[in-house]
Amino acid sequence: MTSVGAHAVGLGLRRGWYEFAQSLRSAQDQGFYLFTGLVALGYLVLNRDDRVAGTGLLEPTVTLPSLLGAFVVFGAVVGPGYALAMAREDGTLLRYKTAPHGLLAYFTGQLVTQALAVVPQLLVLLVPSFLLFDVMAGGADGWLTLAWVLALGLLATLPIGMIIGALVPSTQRMGTWGMLPILVLTGISGILFPVQELWGWVQVVAQAFPTYWIGLGMRSAFLPDAAAALEIGGSWRTAQTVLVLSAWAVVGALLTPIVLRRMARRQSGSQVERARQAAVQWIR
Amino acid sequence: MEPGDRDQRSTNTVVEVGDLRMRYGSHEVLTGVDFEVRRGEVVALLGPNGAGKTTTIEILEGFRTRSSGRVTVLGEDPAQAGEAWRARTGVVLQSWRDHPRWTPRRLLAHLGGFYAPYGTRETPRPFDVEELIGLVGLGSHADRRIVTLSGGQRRRLDVAVGIVGRPELLFLDEPTAGFDPHARREFHDLVHRLSDLDGTTILLTTHNLDEAERLADRILILANGTIVADGSADQLARQVAGAAEVRWRAGGEAFVHATQDATAFVRELLARGGDDVTDLEVRRVSLEDTYMSLVHGQAGAAEPSGAALELVG
Repeated sequence: MTSVGAHAVGLGLRRGWYEFAQSLRSAQDQGFYLFTGLVALGYLVLNRDDRVAGTGLLEPTVTLPSLLGAFVVFGAVVGPGYALAMAREDGTLLRYKTAPHGLLAYFTGQLVTQALAVVPQLLVLLVPSFLLFDVMAGGADGWLTLAWVLALGLLATLPIGMIIGALVPSTQRMGTWGMLPILVLTGISGILFPVQELWGWVQVVAQAFPTYWIGLGMRSAFLPDAAAALEIGGSWRTAQTVLVLSAWAVVGALLTPIVLRRMARRQSGSQVERARQAAVQWIR
Repeated sequence: MEPGDRDQRSTNTVVEVGDLRMRYGSHEVLTGVDFEVRRGEVVALLGPNGAGKTTTIEILEGFRTRSSGRVTVLGEDPAQAGEAWRARTGVVLQSWRDHPRWTPRRLLAHLGGFYAPYGTRETPRPFDVEELIGLVGLGSHADRRIVTLSGGQRRRLDVAVGIVGRPELLFLDEPTAGFDPHARREFHDLVHRLSDLDGTTILLTTHNLDEAERLADRILILANGTIVADGSADQLARQVAGAAEVRWRAGGEAFVHATQDATAFVRELLARGGDDVTDLEVRRVSLEDTYMSLVHGQAGAAEPSGAALELVG
């Protein structure tokens, strides 16, 4: 990379941090973090006395790591998806297109902001759960596992969010293009009930996507080794987790720049103006 | 090549467009556009809505790929130009609603950062943020969240962002659309200051005649996908019929005569008609008359009379 490019990446990192800091101060974003956190926490509290069949473990202990996994995927896919769709419509992207190496900085910043935004999202659920339930059986090793699953999980899923954000026709369509597939995938990925309860082909589909593996990795971090008996093959399948998530990360890293470049080429003032008028006119 | 090297190779033609054509499917929006913009000029691209102004300026900005024709902006083809070229241009649009949570000061400092590697000794880049805030008159609003700015303040911020990299060429696309007369007047003063300050070349599009006349050294009228007139407001007026209209009454009858030289005509009229001539009136042809005659005099001009035009006297 040229020194001018490196300079732009530096500006992008600073932008990413600043946007994240602003998001933490924004009542709108705080509300979103709290709402999703409280809904998940409510689910755990309602099921706090249920024991998971085949283990001596309580429902919140088993479900919390899976929910954290789902939060990672949700934040990393839906977050950049919305951000990018909006950046196309409000002119942010065009603004960076008019600056030399601006898009490089914008996308760098976006990755930083979205990766950081997952942290408060997880803490809102993790901190109260830690106080209410017995959640971490793995000790220091467990926290280390949590860290690498989180990092690798973000690398695997952030590109998916960026690509969806680049392809979605408008912000209003993010529900169908982003939220819906993620909710369906969450439903079949063993977050709220074991994936083995579903048909064979659904299990195959679920295991092709990162959600299942991030959930599995999270459970391996938090739960005692005996709980692996509940998983497919009776194992945490750590090597396979690394392999699948890395594969998604590599494909994402190769594909995303191509998709983003194509999208950015189409950005122009009249496109932003059309989006502005479309936003005024919701019903056609 | 080092960024900024090209600054030294300044030529006098900043924009050169030859036989520019743009087709969307079977619909031809630009049917052969030719014009030049010289260094330091303020040029207005004037025309009714749908005439192809935005398409033209977006091709020059490098945001749109033309169907055919020659386009050179700052010595390069915008469709292929790189980031160093980008650093020498500035763009101001009407639809920007970005960075609502940032403050103007913060945004200007951040976006200015991109131009730092392109500074030269003659042209230090970026613009000093404080100076810039003063120049566009955002002083008391510089630390407010951008979302709270009024439309006029917002556009002044857009202009500040457009020039933060000290561009040699600034594009303004419909810069005062939706402004009240006061905000428009302030904006015009700002554009004059810009063009005086660095000798920045400015190409703006507008459908407002008054604005074109006030701002531009030269006006290009775009109608039906081609340039139908090119000149200063005075030159354009002279291209049509006559520069002035003389009206008078003589012997109970009303007369009207169009002429290039009203003074000579009136002298002769009075010499011949003597005391009989009354109610003598000389009226210069306005740019509005010229514009109407040029745009609607075009073969096939289907624009309903005045409907798409904003006529401000």
